[in-house]
Amino acid sequence: MATLIGHSSILIIAIPLLIAFLTPLIGMANKKARNVVVIGSLVFVAFLVFALAKDVILNGIHTYTLGATSSNLTIPEGTMMPVRIILEVDGVSVFMGIIVTIVSLVAVIYSLSAMKGETGQNRFYTLLLLLIAGTFGMVFTGDLFNLFVFLEIASISGAALIAFRTRFADSQEGGFKYIVVSAIASLMVLFAIGLLYAQYNLLNIGALAAAIQYTMLDRIALVILISAFVMKLGGVPMHMWLSDTYSVAPVSITVLLIAASQASMYALMRICFTLYGITLDLAVVGWIIIAIGILSMFIGVTMAVRQTDITRLIAYNCVCEAGFMLVGLGVGLAVLDDRTALRTYGTTAISGAIFHVINHALFEGLLFLVAGAIFYRIGTRDINRMGGLGHTMKFTAAFFLLGALASSGLPPFNGFASKILIYESVYQFNPILTIIGILVSIITLAVFVKAFFSAFTGALLPKYEDIKEVPKAMIAAMTIFAVIIIIFGLFPGLIVDWIVRPATDALVGQTSYINAIVGIVP
Amino acid sequence: MTGTLIGNFPFVAAVVLMGIALYILIFRRNLIKIVMGITILSSSVNLFLVTLGYRTGGIAPIYTDAPEGPMVLPVVQALTLTSIVIAVATSALILSLVIRIYRHTGSLDSKKSRRMKG
Repeated sequence: MATLIGHSSILIIAIPLLIAFLTPLIGMANKKARNVVVIGSLVFVAFLVFALAKDVILNGIHTYTLGATSSNLTIPEGTMMPVRIILEVDGVSVFMGIIVTIVSLVAVIYSLSAMKGETGQNRFYTLLLLLIAGTFGMVFTGDLFNLFVFLEIASISGAALIAFRTRFADSQEGGFKYIVVSAIASLMVLFAIGLLYAQYNLLNIGALAAAIQYTMLDRIALVILISAFVMKLGGVPMHMWLSDTYSVAPVSITVLLIAASQASMYALMRICFTLYGITLDLAVVGWIIIAIGILSMFIGVTMAVRQTDITRLIAYNCVCEAGFMLVGLGVGLAVLDDRTALRTYGTTAISGAIFHVINHALFEGLLFLVAGAIFYRIGTRDINRMGGLGHTMKFTAAFFLLGALASSGLPPFNGFASKILIYESVYQFNPILTIIGILVSIITLAVFVKAFFSAFTGALLPKYEDIKEVPKAMIAAMTIFAVIIIIFGLFPGLIVDWIVRPATDALVGQTSYINAIVGIVP
Repeated sequence: MTGTLIGNFPFVAAVVLMGIALYILIFRRNLIKIVMGITILSSSVNLFLVTLGYRTGGIAPIYTDAPEGPMVLPVVQALTLTSIVIAVATSALILSLVIRIYRHTGSLDSKKSRRMKG
């Protein structure tokens, strides 16, 4: 067991990668066996993630050096710097790992019935597992170049999956947009990595953080990295790709794309808090991130108001929720060097933002699955052409309401738990930000109430009279999200203590991340 | 002065290429030209990385019949190789998507095919 946990960080990435290329072979022989293998491997990965999470939270940072004689030998004999690829897993990484594992399990279960009629399913599962492996890799790696490679793996497989249903013209355009945006973002990331390597001859995040001076070139690299990752997570000046791709992908893929965007959010946190840390002009960078966040909230919600396509509506809501996280992070970053402010409200703001990351993945995932279920049954995404669906699709209607209430931050659900942390801490930093946040939440509620009433209530339209509830696998996938949302909403304190607090401490405590790499120098 | 200028010439070239690529990506509407823009962007980044790896007086890290002297740690060259492979995969995928879009819309003009505005 101890050996398994010792090697778990690489196994979590390697198992989906290996199974990805096995699925076409197994699928040619037997389709049932392929589904069993895909689900079985993901369940095993989920077990490893939770075991690793427990180990990291109890015993501290876990490092794994690839290709070394011993897996915790971060710096080889005879050199003074880490030359091998190192996986470094701390509180934030396992937190993101938990999100990815939950979301990927749900996405695969949902795909089992949603993709049943499609051709080329063997390749679909190959790409799906590659996307999962890429996302896990992004959150577990401790090496900047490795981050770029996993970013590209996730982008390429993600774009191929968005365009998977080749009979729809708009999916092809969505895939094209996604790959163009991802290619530009990741090439800019590579350019910034080159700028950093030029000065310090290092690629490891921990070792770079120990050496970084915040010179002019570092500032340029920071600007490029922040803009590239904000582009990948759909922050406002670069948000237009998000609604076009999320609305046309198969919904199980959209759910995974949300997790991939959250991995970009993780990369942004890593860059700001761990790599640059207190060398930054904290107030300036913090306020820039807050400004991006406020713009994302406001433009996201106002664009959501005028949408009639249900998936585009939810996609714009994603932009809006990403804004909340950015505001929380920005406030935390702005007071990072001020000890009293950090203790009174800074850490709470960061906790709120981190907690909102998982809540966002859960409730937006649920909403997208509901939208996919509606599309699966009636073949349209236009809200104006729906009506009275609640009479026959009772579970779907209930899940939509649950997701909508959680997303607007109403009390018994998880969205409230994280938004209240952000509101109360940001209020002490600057009250206006909280007022904007509450206003945006209210408009979000209005948007969803409108969508709910026109889609699910009212008289049942005659053409939808023989519409049935969706298949059991889809209901099961939605139930998993719904149950987790309710548990998180009822016991937020436990969740914060178990996984959010260690993640916050890991972000704020830059030195422990550095010491895990360079602290072993004799 | 001219010495440093010639020494820095590859960096200047990389930045100029990057500027051309970004211009194409922002202002051109033909989908094939956007693909070309991305390829030029990746070439400019690769050129930048390879230029970083040049060390005056260093020798290539090939141990067979190596002359005396400090060897270069070939990290950047390895990065460039990986990046080239990824760029090939990206352009293959992106071109296949362009073909698909052309089959659906009969046009390569992004303004005509863009039906998902707002």
